Amino acid sequence: MNTHKKRNILICQGSTCHQVAKENLIDAFKSKLKEYQLDEDVKVVQSVCFNKCTVGPNIIIHPDNVEYSTVTSDDIDEIIMLHLLNDKIVERLVYNQVYENSGSDKKQYRIALRNCGFIDPEVIVDYIEKNGYAALGKCLTEYTPQQVIDEIKASGLRGRGGGGFSTGLKWEITSKSEADQKYVVCNADEGDPGAFMDRSVLEGDPHSVIEAMAICGYAIGATKGIVYIRAEYPLAIKRLQIALKQAKEYGLLGRDILGTGFEFDISIKYGAGAFVCGEETALIHSMEGLRGEPTLKPPFPSVSGYLGKPTNVNNVETFANIPAIINRGSKWFASIGTEKSKGTKVFALAGKVNNVGLVEVPMGTTLREVIYDIGGGIKDGKKFKAVQTGGPSGGCLTEKHLDLPIDFDTLMAAGSMMGSGGMIIMDEDDCMVSMARFYLEFTVEESCGKCAPCRIGNKRLHEMLIKICDDKGSEEDLMLLKNLSTVVKDTSLCGLGQTSPNPILSTMENFYDEYLAHVKDHKCPAGQCKSFQRYYISEQNCIGCMVCARNCPVNAISGEKKEVHIINQETCIKCGVCMEKCKFDAIYLN
Amino acid sequence: MEMINIKIDNKNVQVPKGTSILDAAKSIGIKIPTLCYMNLHDLNTEHKPTGCRICVVEVAGRKNLVPACATECTSGMEIKNQTMRVLNARKTVMELILSDHPAECLICPKNGTCDLQSMAQEMGIRHYHYKGEQSTYIKDRSIAIKRDMDKCIGCKRCLTMCNDVQTVGALSSINRGFMSVVAPAFQMDLSESVCTYCGQCVAVCPTAALTEIDHTSNVIRMLADPTKTVVVQTAPAVRAALGEEFGYEAGTLVTGKMVAALKDLGFDYVFDTDFAADLTIMEEGTELLDRLSRHLKGDETVKLPILTSCCPAWVSFFEHHFPDMKDIPSTARSPQQMFGSIAKTYYAEKIGIKREDMIVVSIMPCLAKKYERDRDEFKTDGNPDVDYVLSTRELAKLIKQASINFEELPNMDFDKPMGESSGAGVIFGTTGGVIEAAVRTAYEIFTGQSLHKVDFEQLRGMDWVREAIVDFNGTPIKIGIAHGLGNARKLLNEIREGKSQYDAIEIMACPGGCIGGGGQPLHHGDTNILKARQKALYSEDKNKTIRKSHENPYIINLYKEFLGKPMSRKAHELLHTQYFDKSNPVDIVKD
Repeated sequence: MNTHKKRNILICQGSTCHQVAKENLIDAFKSKLKEYQLDEDVKVVQSVCFNKCTVGPNIIIHPDNVEYSTVTSDDIDEIIMLHLLNDKIVERLVYNQVYENSGSDKKQYRIALRNCGFIDPEVIVDYIEKNGYAALGKCLTEYTPQQVIDEIKASGLRGRGGGGFSTGLKWEITSKSEADQKYVVCNADEGDPGAFMDRSVLEGDPHSVIEAMAICGYAIGATKGIVYIRAEYPLAIKRLQIALKQAKEYGLLGRDILGTGFEFDISIKYGAGAFVCGEETALIHSMEGLRGEPTLKPPFPSVSGYLGKPTNVNNVETFANIPAIINRGSKWFASIGTEKSKGTKVFALAGKVNNVGLVEVPMGTTLREVIYDIGGGIKDGKKFKAVQTGGPSGGCLTEKHLDLPIDFDTLMAAGSMMGSGGMIIMDEDDCMVSMARFYLEFTVEESCGKCAPCRIGNKRLHEMLIKICDDKGSEEDLMLLKNLSTVVKDTSLCGLGQTSPNPILSTMENFYDEYLAHVKDHKCPAGQCKSFQRYYISEQNCIGCMVCARNCPVNAISGEKKEVHIINQETCIKCGVCMEKCKFDAIYLN
Repeated sequence: MEMINIKIDNKNVQVPKGTSILDAAKSIGIKIPTLCYMNLHDLNTEHKPTGCRICVVEVAGRKNLVPACATECTSGMEIKNQTMRVLNARKTVMELILSDHPAECLICPKNGTCDLQSMAQEMGIRHYHYKGEQSTYIKDRSIAIKRDMDKCIGCKRCLTMCNDVQTVGALSSINRGFMSVVAPAFQMDLSESVCTYCGQCVAVCPTAALTEIDHTSNVIRMLADPTKTVVVQTAPAVRAALGEEFGYEAGTLVTGKMVAALKDLGFDYVFDTDFAADLTIMEEGTELLDRLSRHLKGDETVKLPILTSCCPAWVSFFEHHFPDMKDIPSTARSPQQMFGSIAKTYYAEKIGIKREDMIVVSIMPCLAKKYERDRDEFKTDGNPDVDYVLSTRELAKLIKQASINFEELPNMDFDKPMGESSGAGVIFGTTGGVIEAAVRTAYEIFTGQSLHKVDFEQLRGMDWVREAIVDFNGTPIKIGIAHGLGNARKLLNEIREGKSQYDAIEIMACPGGCIGGGGQPLHHGDTNILKARQKALYSEDKNKTIRKSHENPYIINLYKEFLGKPMSRKAHELLHTQYFDKSNPVDIVKD
């Protein structure tokens, strides 16, 4: 009987890799391994993002720590033959151009994602082997609830969902609210476009969240926990369900946990994917079966939340940090990061960088390090223009902000925010007005409609941006845009409306010239807004063949046969058909 | 009570802990503008969804502006109501709301009574700086209420009335963002919902998003038709409120002028629903005594309490929500329907015209009456007992359209015989009035003794739920009173669970009873207006020579000439009705 080295093949199931994969790599690997009778020794594990989305599908072979990219089922035989059976690396599948010297691993520091990709999330023993549930045991046997709170407070952990409120303080307030029942709620309603930090944690390491919720329950005096998760996260839900079942079987949830008499149980509630339900009061209303609309704070959920009871709401990533803090101590955690922002933050890096995907870096890492060292710089050697942090309600930061250490307060001071960790990189080809328009489109779509400034104000902001991008704007519009943005921010009921104008305000602050160019010079400097494009016919090249005129769908081209043709700019819809059809390169764009 | 010190616009103010910024400002004469906010003080209903953001103020130390209506003062709070930041924010938000509102004030039914219009005026809005797409929705015309959601400003006062006060649950917010709107579930029409047409949503709507179905032009047409004899009846609560539409102080009785106006408008006979109210007491009171005495004799089949059935919204409510209890309410028809029924039989015969040639018009404080008149039970061969129902507001409009100078009108009397009524009939218009009227008659019939004091103060008032025991000469009669359907629900639940024992219960769907009906001049949340109307009705009662229904000579004569006696076969046929199970009218599992 052959005995082989025990190995794990981690297959990225992040959204990008999952989508570019033409086949189910997991099944393909499993059946091949069976053929080679390796299925006993080599385990296939569904994993989370490796931050190399551009070259997916990606896999990692553990413990060798070899990463293969653009893997298809045709490569499996080679990987097995060379790597698994003969310990040789399949060089042609190793992606190492930009990445090789990027120092990506050096800059990253994994706390929240510590287990993701390294354990089988569907096997509780894997988690326990990684010191899992030790923190819960420690809390229940060595700490009083107040000591747990003090430990979290001392760690300096702040909410990773966007607000950045001190987690320990939140726990303390909830613990001091008197009630016959309290609740621990895990906010897994991750709604920022392109963000998948929470999903990755739940898919890759669900037990860390369960353990943290139980610790929180112990600290604040709650026996019930609820995970509010988007129904669009089927894999995360499945993993969570499996993990909950296993935790119960192991006596880590339920009555008399670890024989200490502590009782705690967790149930799941599904969200329907409304962005505003990530706001904690709206989330609670949604859990209660009501319309997902926010209400005025105070009262804060820690005083009156789910079913009117004190409720501690934390986001997934926040919870994922808790067991590590308890295990390694608040001092260790507080030693990472900046003065007021401790620990690490997971970002979903996207846009025009070479390496996109999830990254976890210590607070205080600069934007430059994230973009250039981890992200591998701007794609195609283009020039960096801006980075949008904090998702659709964050702001745009520029070249001058690149050396800012990333933390809650510096981002806020620079006119953006941490948010839940979206980070989108833009290059010289991106129009900032158009970018703001894109984000406003999202917030208009996601406004619940309860308060007038958000319901109507965002709509008007979006309309004004469309007007400007469509070459119909005026300087007066810029004034109105600024006033309205300020008012919407100042008067909206919840965090959604209070931040939705940020993309406008920050781009107006940093790229006012670009706005002016749109309304005054009737130009889009980045060349992205189609309405500013003008098609012209070159007098030199045009032979008057009439092909363009015949093909123009709106009859915008006139001219006699064998004479130079002219495009009527008023009528032209900029479809580009003329340019495509012209055989003499006579049509050009300004 | 703990008092705290705060500062508003640099003025020191001391307020009890828990006071809102809005109320604190009010206490020193600063009026912070509000739009969605509504406070029905005496009815314990405060609506502060903080949705309009018009009442925002600056609070030192807070990053954003805060809504004054829902933010509690805290010790040492410094509030600014007059800064550029605040004024600009309010004005901009107001312009936003207007940018999503049809600019058709001149032809709008709420022109002149619209809260949005007056707020725009107050703020001095002169430009639409923010123009853009307007949200539009399907118009919905039910039998009584018209929904034009294009004019909705999202204040959601209607939701508080429909769901919290009335617990009807016909309306909710649907859709999201810019297209969010208040509508029945699945955006169905009101007629397919559990709506009772109580009209409380209409009564509080700040704009013309919710209005009554207007029947004035139909009535004008009938008045102009020489082949028709047009008879009009006026409900008791109308006379106590109509004056408000002509600038009179709330609570001014304008009975005589109203009669004169109706005669000027060309109605052939101007009668009083109060007459029919007296008739209702005869039937309902007799039914109560019948059930009561059988019950006292130990008849187990008799169900008590008996519930009043004058209010069509209430009838619709229990048909939808308590169909298992539909045999408890009195079978007596409402005064409006008794009037119609008697007018088109007894009176038509008396003046020698055919049923089809008589048109019965009601002037009602109510929108549900528009729905009640359309119920099949109240039609003979398709011809309804009541042809048209006008609300108090519609009558005022009709009078104005006819260029009648209301103030100059003389006081005139109702026509006979159906215009004569007792004081008991008058107080039908307020909560507690129907049961007091019934007690006056039932007491005398039950005990065989004459009442020394006809005023039953213990039944009066404005509390949501009241109970009182009336001594019927040694037999205690336990009476319950509820106004507002939410309170009716509470009482009914208690009865259903066997927790409460009552002999008789009066229920009126609207807060305050008919004086606060959905068809009355808008009170804009001022409950003092309701109290003034209530006072007016009690004073008209007091000034009547006849105070008890069974002493109304025209009622006595009606029984003698036509009906025989209360609960007779003929009375049953013309004056009583039956109820239906309307639960679960919507089949959700359609494919």
